[in-house]
Amino acid sequence: MFANLDLQQLILGRFTIEQIPYHEPILQATFAGVAVVGLAVLGVITYFRFWGPLWRDWVTSIDHKKIGIMYCIFALIMLLRGFADALLMRSQQAVAFGSEQGFLPPHHYDQIFTAHGMIMIFFVAMPFVTGLMNFAVPLQIGARDVAFPFLNNFSFWMTVAGGILVMVSLFVGEFSRATWLAYPPLSGAAMSPGVGVDYYIWALQIAGIGTLLSGINLIATIVKMRAPGMTMMKLPIFVWSSLCTNILIVAAFPILTAVLAMLSLDRYVGTHFFTNDLGGNAMLYFNLIWIWGHPEVYILILPAFGVFSEITSTFCGKRLFGYTSMVYALVVITILAYLVWLHHFFTMGSGADVNSFFGITTMIISIPTGAKIFNWMFTMYRGRIRFEVPMMWVVAFIVTFVIGGMTGVLLAVPPADFVLHNSLFLIAHFHNVIIGGVLFGMFAGVTFWFPKAFGFKLDEFWGKMALVFWVSGFYVAFMPLYVLGLMGVTRRMQHFDDPSLQIWFVIAACGAGLIALGIASQIVMFVVSIRNREKLRDLTGDPWGGRTLEWSTSSPPPDYNFAFTPVVHDSDAWWDMKNRGFARPMTGYKPIHMPKNTASGAILAGLNFTFGLAMVWYVWWLAALSFVAIFVVAILHTFNYNRDFYIPADTVSRTEGQRSRELEMA
Amino acid sequence: MMHGETAPPGAAAPVFYQTDEEGHHSEGSTMLGFWLYLMSDCLIFATLFATYGVLGRSYAAGPTPKDLFDLPGIAVNTAMLLFSSITYGFAMLEMDRNRIKQTQIWLAITGLFGVAFVSLEIREFVHLFHEGAPPWRSAFLSSFYTLVATHGLHVSVGILWLVVLLVQLRKHGLIVENKRRLMCLSMFWHFLDLIWIGVFTVVYLMGVLE
Repeated sequence: MFANLDLQQLILGRFTIEQIPYHEPILQATFAGVAVVGLAVLGVITYFRFWGPLWRDWVTSIDHKKIGIMYCIFALIMLLRGFADALLMRSQQAVAFGSEQGFLPPHHYDQIFTAHGMIMIFFVAMPFVTGLMNFAVPLQIGARDVAFPFLNNFSFWMTVAGGILVMVSLFVGEFSRATWLAYPPLSGAAMSPGVGVDYYIWALQIAGIGTLLSGINLIATIVKMRAPGMTMMKLPIFVWSSLCTNILIVAAFPILTAVLAMLSLDRYVGTHFFTNDLGGNAMLYFNLIWIWGHPEVYILILPAFGVFSEITSTFCGKRLFGYTSMVYALVVITILAYLVWLHHFFTMGSGADVNSFFGITTMIISIPTGAKIFNWMFTMYRGRIRFEVPMMWVVAFIVTFVIGGMTGVLLAVPPADFVLHNSLFLIAHFHNVIIGGVLFGMFAGVTFWFPKAFGFKLDEFWGKMALVFWVSGFYVAFMPLYVLGLMGVTRRMQHFDDPSLQIWFVIAACGAGLIALGIASQIVMFVVSIRNREKLRDLTGDPWGGRTLEWSTSSPPPDYNFAFTPVVHDSDAWWDMKNRGFARPMTGYKPIHMPKNTASGAILAGLNFTFGLAMVWYVWWLAALSFVAIFVVAILHTFNYNRDFYIPADTVSRTEGQRSRELEMA
Repeated sequence: MMHGETAPPGAAAPVFYQTDEEGHHSEGSTMLGFWLYLMSDCLIFATLFATYGVLGRSYAAGPTPKDLFDLPGIAVNTAMLLFSSITYGFAMLEMDRNRIKQTQIWLAITGLFGVAFVSLEIREFVHLFHEGAPPWRSAFLSSFYTLVATHGLHVSVGILWLVVLLVQLRKHGLIVENKRRLMCLSMFWHFLDLIWIGVFTVVYLMGVLE
């Protein structure tokens, strides 16, 4: 076994210089682009001497607001990567007909659809959701931070480490071709011997630890750190949706961790969990991954529901219609999320009785979801609706999401699913709910909370342009896929023979082009807003006429969020305070106890990244070294008992005095 | 009563801010957070148990539990872990009485029992390898090793944690932070004991009795 072990293998594992895809023109251009942009960013940071502040105020920060903002920035960057993949796929499918093979060979095309799915879910939607929760939840419950501020920082950097690992696969080696859920036996060692699946596994394992810890963190925060008087039935609805989402995270992600660990054992050690031989069972993987995967869908959508609820009641100037039913709907969805996983593979052949059970539970989910749609519409009914950009996203969401929900109920019928399984109809359905639901929700949330985070509103014109292009682009891109799916066209095809299908793919590609304009509008929106920030400035801290506690403090909020902890008497606490003429206390400030910044989180995540990369390339010495280093750094971190400090009363007094002056100016 | 009902504008304003609070950062959430972590860990074990449930009889014409498991040996192993839980309990009782010396002694004994458990488990694995039953022999063995070794790894991490805590106790004494950490490790340790009861029953007893 050790006979052919040479020095290069010992040092570099299975890495050789041929693994760098320098012969692929698409990747060359991409690499050049990334290198130029990367160098430009580094140059700008150096030129403005921003390294120090970047390290002190952001990388090592344990402030939940900054971590939330960093999550959202990370999600937006990864959105560009995931969307570039989408554009490649749409253009390939628009041209690859008959004798024309298109510009992407199957080997490359398969990596692209795998990366697209995996990145969009794990490194766009998840960080977006976590970012908004991180930013808004502590503010909404009147807390000064989350329950475990250090873990929060650590979670964020673990997510980033996973994302970087995926990005590295673009230029060093290859990415998985085994679809976004890495189904075996395709993802096993026999069928996928390269590094692709290993990149996939380690990226997810590392990011997954971050997700799980942030789930635990936010549950503990919501349960333990609410302002006095805020009983569970007075929680803002976004906090309720966050609570449900984080319960789902804690109850689902360990399953993903375990099942991916077993897949890696199959690949690294040669065990037989999911192999075709010696007793392995691939369908076990399907079951386990979807027991995680279905709750994951709700992990993404519930916070979006929360955002829509907050925005609807704020921009209608009304209490949310049916608060209690909204809460129960969330809880019922949380529970049902665990009872439907099998509808992802009705075609497994588990029999009519099993399929009926899962078909019916799936259809039942539409009841609480429908109740929520009606609640939003009844909130709008007789409300004084202000059609500002966030509210427009809500309307776009309601229309789009209802269509996606109805095609979902179609797919829930097992006999229909046998026809539509793995077809483009399914692709259209889940993009319909994920773009129309999750992504619109996140965009609405960003527009809604941006002035809270930075103290100025986003430019309205470009916000509307983004909305128009995204919404129209979505319909143009995905309605043709419904048609194609009904005609029986399957997903993940790199090439088609039937030329009569081409027109639909060309239309879909135009839709992707419209979405590209939407993304471009969003970039312009950020640039224009930052340039016009003085004009868009909001000094009140409450630019929308808000109803919940985050609007009671300044924008951006001080490090300690609230000089005095608010006392809550109503589910719309801030509305109630304004309504009953609250008086902001101006004296008697006390020193405020806060956690200190720490570099441990970023260092640990860096070591985890190194460990993952070493495992991917079989560089065992580096893997062992970084593994030991992870433990050493973690243990050293626990020897630091001096983790808090007090913000002196003077500083609080000065900050609050500044706030008073701003309020007078506004 | 509370929703839908808006207090009239200008109604008597109740207290809206806590002006007399002592600046504090909530410490009480650690226990809850740790519980949540344990439950998530429990789900990892649940997944591994479910996998063993599905694959545990897929011998692929290889060795079966009856051929492999040595129940008396496993019983000794089990006893080590159960004793370690009792001794950890004693350590916690001493901690409550603020007797640091006794706490340290009981913790050390707990750690020794833990080391004994892990060593016996390694010995069992080595024995199984010699019998021609490595994890890549069959799906049964893959799921068996993964379940048992995941538990063993947890115990090993627990021992490492225990050593770290002993050092920290020596350095800082029974301060609030250390007591909280001991509580967390205590929960972790008893949790692993509980998981082992499941492993012992489902894997070993049911495997041999069949």
